[in-house]
Amino acid sequence: MIDALKIAALVFVAGVLQASVFSGADLLGGTPDVLLLALLGVSLQRGAVAGAAAGFLGGLVLDVATLQSLGVSSLLLTLVGYWAGRFGEATSGERRYVPLASVLAATVFVALGGYLLHFMLGANLVAERALVATLLPGLGLNLLVGVPVLAGCRTLLRPHERGERSGEVSLVG
Amino acid sequence: MPRNRTEKVAVLGSSVRRSAAGKASSRSNSPLRRRLIVAVLVFAALALITVSFREGTGGPLHDAQGAGAKALHPFEIAANRVAQPFQDAWGWFDGLLGARSEAERLREQAEQLRQQVIQNESALQENVRLRALLGYLDGPTFPRDYSGVAAAVIARPPSAFEQQIVVAAGARRGIRLNAPVVTADGLVGQVTRVTDDAAQVTLLTDTSSAVSALDLRTGAAGIVRHGAGAGDTLVLDRVAKDEVVNVGDEVVTAGWRSGGLASLYPKGVPVGRVTSVGQTDTDLYKQVQIAPYADFGSLDAVLVLVSRKPPPTLP
Repeated sequence: MIDALKIAALVFVAGVLQASVFSGADLLGGTPDVLLLALLGVSLQRGAVAGAAAGFLGGLVLDVATLQSLGVSSLLLTLVGYWAGRFGEATSGERRYVPLASVLAATVFVALGGYLLHFMLGANLVAERALVATLLPGLGLNLLVGVPVLAGCRTLLRPHERGERSGEVSLVG
Repeated sequence: MPRNRTEKVAVLGSSVRRSAAGKASSRSNSPLRRRLIVAVLVFAALALITVSFREGTGGPLHDAQGAGAKALHPFEIAANRVAQPFQDAWGWFDGLLGARSEAERLREQAEQLRQQVIQNESALQENVRLRALLGYLDGPTFPRDYSGVAAAVIARPPSAFEQQIVVAAGARRGIRLNAPVVTADGLVGQVTRVTDDAAQVTLLTDTSSAVSALDLRTGAAGIVRHGAGAGDTLVLDRVAKDEVVNVGDEVVTAGWRSGGLASLYPKGVPVGRVTSVGQTDTDLYKQVQIAPYADFGSLDAVLVLVSRKPPPTLP
């Protein structure tokens, strides 16, 4: 229960920060997506179900805060959270490339998926601006900002020491 | 020899112990249950999209969203206040880089403007006298016939797909749908959604935005909309080839009125400066690019214009 509250609080704070601060931060032509990064942090630590639920909540916070059409961000982030959770579970977190690859894949998926979704909903989009001009700087920034954000998520969602020890398996002999 | 088995999670290169809670939760989630939960969430998101698009702006879902946005206001304002010093520091360092060349350019511009102000003052007095002689009746003009509601920007475009911001003032402050929004620099956009305490502003850089405008010097009329390229560049579209537009000309809103239709924007709001003019044999109109006066990337506060007098009705 406490774990769920921690995840909800993390996603809520990330969503509010993304809507009010980071979306307006134009760094080298792109904007970092801390909500996406926080979601990846949750998904890699807690698995697919928690990732999907966190994605839905984060998308809802973002859409409400920015008065956008409800459900669009939720749909994208739910799928990202689920995929990242499964990816983390399938690779057992053993490989060092997992977080890096998940940031890369999730950023590209959100850009392409968002473009497709908005296009299907009738938005008149400029593909160059939505995909080329902002995706590459955004990708670089996400990789850069991903280091502290994912480390922060890992620290926040770290279980108590006693629980960790009791969860380990010791083979005798 | 006892052996401890631990799993590792890599976080951009650093390896850590995988949480026991995470393992336990993932084990307890059977594939069927996991897929069911995700399916429910995806279905809920699709349902939200459908209802959000189908119902009107006064529907229960939009009302709930408005209430949610109101509840989020204090958090957004707090986040903005915390981030403001950092944004200011970044802006200060960023400004330092081009300060010398900028100062030189502004000095030259100030000299030109000083001469222009004297000419304008003379023309203004003449204009007032002539209007009085003719008994000239005009529609609402900016800024004389509008009062401004100053509002902080509390949410910015969440992705490159949206070009809307949210401001911390709504219907309670007199803001109405389609109200024009400006900054000290120039036109920003128009209000496209209003709740009691917040309003959504669609920026000029949105592909759905279009403003009738004219070249202040030559009077060439056209429609300002976002250009096909990336960035904040705007274009002055539908300018006939026989019209004259020069690089450096100022573009302002036209504020036209035709039949029962009227422009949503008042006359005379600065939009931007012409940066390039071209035309081809195959195109029906001139290709005019405009650099907007407003800096859409760093909008912290805006002025929502509320008309002091209702627009004149036609007989």
